[in-house]
Amino acid sequence: MSEKVKDLRGTRLSAADLESKDTITFRGRPNAKYAWSAGIAYTKYLEELKNGRIVGRRCRQCDRVLVPPRMFCEQCFRATDEWVYIKGTGKINTYSISYLDADANRIKTPILVAVVDLDGASPGIGILHKLGNVDIEKIHVGMPVQAVWKPANERKGSVTDILYFEPIKEK
Amino acid sequence: MAYDKIRDPRRIMHVEGDMEVDYIYTAGIAGERFFVALRDKEKLVATHCDKCNHTFMPPRMYCDRCFAELSNWIELPPTGAIASYTITHEDNNGERLPEPIVLAFIEIEKTDGALIHQIGEVKPGALKIGMRVQAVFKKKSERTGALTDIRYFKPA
Amino acid sequence: MNVKRRVAVVGAGITLFRRRLKETGKELSYLAANAALESAGMTMDDIDCVVMGTAPDAFDGIHMKADNLLDGAGATRKPYSRVYVGGGTGVFSPIGGWWHVASGLFDTCLVVAEEKMSPCIPHPQTAFRTIWDPIITRPLNPNLVWIFALEMNRYMKTYNIPKEHIAMVAVKNKGNALDHPSAQLAAKITVEDVLNSETMVWPVQRLDISPPSDGAAALVLTSEDVARKFTDAPVWIDGVGWSLDSAYWTNRDLCFPQYVAEAAKMAYKMAKITDPPKEVDFAEPYDPFTYKELHHMEGLLLAKKGEAPQLTADGVTQRDGDLPICPSGGLLGVGNPIAAAGLMKCCEMFWQLRNEAGKRQVSGAETGVAQAWGDLMQVGTVTVFRR
Repeated sequence: MSEKVKDLRGTRLSAADLESKDTITFRGRPNAKYAWSAGIAYTKYLEELKNGRIVGRRCRQCDRVLVPPRMFCEQCFRATDEWVYIKGTGKINTYSISYLDADANRIKTPILVAVVDLDGASPGIGILHKLGNVDIEKIHVGMPVQAVWKPANERKGSVTDILYFEPIKEK
Repeated sequence: MAYDKIRDPRRIMHVEGDMEVDYIYTAGIAGERFFVALRDKEKLVATHCDKCNHTFMPPRMYCDRCFAELSNWIELPPTGAIASYTITHEDNNGERLPEPIVLAFIEIEKTDGALIHQIGEVKPGALKIGMRVQAVFKKKSERTGALTDIRYFKPA
Repeated sequence: MNVKRRVAVVGAGITLFRRRLKETGKELSYLAANAALESAGMTMDDIDCVVMGTAPDAFDGIHMKADNLLDGAGATRKPYSRVYVGGGTGVFSPIGGWWHVASGLFDTCLVVAEEKMSPCIPHPQTAFRTIWDPIITRPLNPNLVWIFALEMNRYMKTYNIPKEHIAMVAVKNKGNALDHPSAQLAAKITVEDVLNSETMVWPVQRLDISPPSDGAAALVLTSEDVARKFTDAPVWIDGVGWSLDSAYWTNRDLCFPQYVAEAAKMAYKMAKITDPPKEVDFAEPYDPFTYKELHHMEGLLLAKKGEAPQLTADGVTQRDGDLPICPSGGLLGVGNPIAAAGLMKCCEMFWQLRNEAGKRQVSGAETGVAQAWGDLMQVGTVTVFRR
């Protein structure tokens, strides 16, 4: 704001003002429904999750194994070459502890969120998922974790077929 | 190119969802004056740009021609003339309506603006471009400060 | 790079930033645009074209909202376009204006940025439900703050950064905002206040986050010839840069925003800046979260990787320090009406470089850098202004 300008505009409304009869407002929700196609790569990814397996794609040019899989490599800008099965184990790349739900409501039991770098994928290739069966105090970057799957008959071909990742017990 | 294909379209997976977002819109500075006058006084509010000699109805707080802020607020009776009309036999979902609805583009007298609204109390055959119409309001207790506080326009 | 014409900024305008404003988006656009024209001593007749910057439609709740905003931006029956790169839009909008004028196509361009987040209820956060990949991310029911918390933790862990140093960003910016008349969350707070504030998504706490806001801002851009007719003190857009990384954010190292560095290098090259920490007098990096200011100082090559927190702790980034950062008060203090917040940073550079910033004035400011960031942590937009 310039010191030359004296007149700063805008009319503040409080939450209570919104309910006043002389604050004219209109409410609505877009009535739009969607069916998003998973396409080629994600259809296979979801099918294999239903089978209890994680699948990625290899690009032979940059020699990366990509998860989630895609039919083209965004770095080399060419078609990827083959499907590669990835272990359901990995290491925590980073994590957070969420006291907010998706609508920013406060929640008592936090959601544990992590990016997990998967064993068998290229270094730094991770997926977003949740952590479970873990002591919050002990979570750390680099912690070895493994996927905990839903029972086979409850899987439906979704990223939620993995319930969460849990720490691998040290032997 | 070694591209995988899915030959059976039923194999392509889908995820379904909607836009799960709710909204509340303010009518703004000019909109609020317009709707309050409609609700409380059965008047239409317009703003006049003295420089461009243009009357905005519904009102705006600024002239989109010369970009001046407008402070000349005018109250007008809700009467106008049909500039164009259409007769719809279907509702929003494409279902047949029991009675067709007449929708008109109504130029409001003494302004350069217009409203889209329903026309009532007239047989479709008797409709004419140029026909003068006036607003028929809901009962005061039923009004909310919205364009639907006007039930429809009827021949004046 | 072959830039045909030098582009000047000759006017700036802004509205109040608040959690909820009564004005419609059009009306907010008008108030900011008109203030910018007045400050330039121009009328709408002097404007050849208009660029609108406004972020996701899902906040205002009006699909294709730039078309709705058009008349409020003074664009009726003028060449008009919307530019959009998510949260990076605010600093991208003057870049859009810049190419209209630098190319020689137009002599003047009005740049307007608007955001009205209050329509989205109960909380604008809900709009972010709809930005995820619907196949592989949305089923996890994520909250947008998750990804920033994940990035923040990665940054802290990689460089062993104490949370106290990050909290100092909130203390500084909310304090700076006390001198900004538009500010929504100006406050005198302490590091302890930040560290004791509610944990939202660890390590992000309440006072680490900028608020949702309504507001608008505007700039008037002109060619050099036109600028000389209207002012003795034009501010020059000497560098612009932008870069986007892929949306596969879990496939890259979150400890450094490479895309911001690419954008900065482009802008510095154009502005012939070879040693940014020495040649840049102050900066307005994007600070929707405390750690983002630090992350972006590093992305802007104003600090070495992992060293921005120490510079902050040493007082270097204070308004009277060697490298003032966010003298405006930033998004943390002034507020975060997304696109308008980014353009607010460019407005701040204009006022600073004209020596009009009053109590916020950085002494001897000759070169400033503004930057914005957004989408799924993948956009960097950068402008270099000089007097």
